[in-house]
Amino acid sequence: MSTSDAQAEQDRLNAGPAILETQYLTKIFGGLTAVDGVSFRVPARSIVSIIGPNGAGKTTFFNMLTGLYRPSLGSVIFDGKDVTTKRPDQITALGVARTFQNIRLFGTMSAMENVLVGQHARLRATVAGSIFRTPRVRREEREAREKAREVLTYVGVSDRRHDDAASYLSYGDQRRVEIARALASDPKLLLLDEPTAGMNPQESEQLTGFMRKLRDDLQLAILLIEHDMKVVMGVSEQVTVLDHGEKISEGEPQAVRHDPRVVEAYLGKQG
Amino acid sequence: MSAMTARARAIKPPERIGKIKMSTIFTVIVIAVAILLPFFYESGSGFMNDATVALVYVVMALGLNIVVGFAGLLDLGYVAFFAIGAYTMGWLASSWFSKEDIHVGVSEILNNQPGIHLNWLIVLPVAAIAAASLGALLGFPTLRLRGDYIAIVTLAFGEIIGRIAVNSDDGIFGIGHFNLTNGRAGITPVDKIDIPLVDRFTTLNLRPWYWTALALALVVLFINFRLRDSRIGRAWIAIREDEVAAISMGIPTVRVKLLAYALGAAMGGMAGTFLGSFYNTVNADQFEFSFSIFVLAMIILGGLGSIWGVVLGALVLSFINTNLIPDVLNNVPGKLGLDFDLTELGFGIFGFLLVIMMVLRPQGLIPEKRHQAEFAEVLEGEHDVVVETRA
Repeated sequence: MSTSDAQAEQDRLNAGPAILETQYLTKIFGGLTAVDGVSFRVPARSIVSIIGPNGAGKTTFFNMLTGLYRPSLGSVIFDGKDVTTKRPDQITALGVARTFQNIRLFGTMSAMENVLVGQHARLRATVAGSIFRTPRVRREEREAREKAREVLTYVGVSDRRHDDAASYLSYGDQRRVEIARALASDPKLLLLDEPTAGMNPQESEQLTGFMRKLRDDLQLAILLIEHDMKVVMGVSEQVTVLDHGEKISEGEPQAVRHDPRVVEAYLGKQG
Repeated sequence: MSAMTARARAIKPPERIGKIKMSTIFTVIVIAVAILLPFFYESGSGFMNDATVALVYVVMALGLNIVVGFAGLLDLGYVAFFAIGAYTMGWLASSWFSKEDIHVGVSEILNNQPGIHLNWLIVLPVAAIAAASLGALLGFPTLRLRGDYIAIVTLAFGEIIGRIAVNSDDGIFGIGHFNLTNGRAGITPVDKIDIPLVDRFTTLNLRPWYWTALALALVVLFINFRLRDSRIGRAWIAIREDEVAAISMGIPTVRVKLLAYALGAAMGGMAGTFLGSFYNTVNADQFEFSFSIFVLAMIILGGLGSIWGVVLGALVLSFINTNLIPDVLNNVPGKLGLDFDLTELGFGIFGFLLVIMMVLRPQGLIPEKRHQAEFAEVLEGEHDVVVETRA
């Protein structure tokens, strides 16, 4: 892809509607400003990466997007709605799903049950309905199980592993189940926090392909935090660089890569 | 070894004989035995008395299991809900409020007595709702807390209710001069349960009591099973496993936790109405902190989160408490030439049993399948080490 093509691609993305937009998003912990006035947008059906050295505030930024942290300043707009003060479960119900840097599966639940939990916001069964197991609840439960199997198969967890306790799965399968659990909530935006951490180059390569497939199959946007530059450069249409909580660069991957401020943040000042 | 691993890791689909699940057969047998049991004992016998109380304990243990076993919220004040239920029965089905004259669905004899006399079938849902509301109220301050801190708040709540029970014979919180609970003397007599078309409930005819307690236990058991295998049950277990992940997956943790507290409390309240009537008294001494621990010990002994385990734990501890210690073992110290009353050591004996249990079988008598996997992992790990050192 030539530079002008890439630029055209950028323009196309930026012209389209944004699925997520932040305005001057800031998080202050005591005397530490972990994220400092970050405004950025994720175009619909795009793959966007956030990179930055350790401690740059990437995960804090993620936690504000998903409602786990309440921003000190600024706002988060998802799909046209202001979700700044919404609870994490409400944001998930609106269509944001995530995975965690250190896998956080429900260890004693099976892979299948983990994915069923992911569907929580999409299911309607009430206490009374569950006790009496009304025809509606039965149907919903059956469909939820079918969907869970489909999603697990889709992300590449073999049938034999569907009923295994999550903590017994291989590392790769745990990563896959976590993605399946996130996908089960029918997200419009998928947040992946270092999805290739602990993977070998082949696995990372596979995941890169899988992310594109995901976007194309499910028409969702993907926002990822990633350290593996090969993955970032290979998959992202747009890269945002954070350092000390501030956005220091943004744009098409090749451009960001050569931005002197980015080089400085990673390697230190030259000369 | 590898076969063991394979068995432990999978949360197995149920075993079947033909088209019928093994667990269904087991359940049918257990229920049949429980229904037929009274025909083998005198209707007024001590055993029937103990068995009835044991079944009510099953109800309470199953209620507490929802909070502690499923949702993983350590509750040390469960006695409060027993108290709410019992007092609801005491107030609404006795001559306590003697100036009132309200009678609904009660027998001729009670119709002529002063006070509020409602049929137990009416008191039951009232107590369930009252306890559930209080359960949710208690849940509220614990929502932002985790682990040990929840335990402390619930413990205090249990104590507050206990103190109110003791001191509310002259106003409540020192306000007013009415007698609400009659303190340690208590409210007595309490109306006997009276169910249309069922034999009369008397102290000499315990069969109707037993079957009513059994019915209550079966209903609560059914609710436990159905909820565990539902969207709600999965949400509870997810919160127990990892609250941050749970809320990020779209589970409204506040609502789901309050639901656990409320449902657990409702079951404690229902059990309370029954015991209030069965013991024929509701007094402050019944609602001590030690009772919360007693119920908690049942579910730990049986296996946290495991429904059948909790049932077994409740039956075993109840049997030890009402039969083994006071009747069977009580003259053992005398025979050994020692002079003390074994019943006073009840809690020492429970404590000893729990310690033994934690050493020999920490996952409980019938472990929850999930925990079974967890413990199996630890044991396998140990086994590997042994093999390595030998090699």
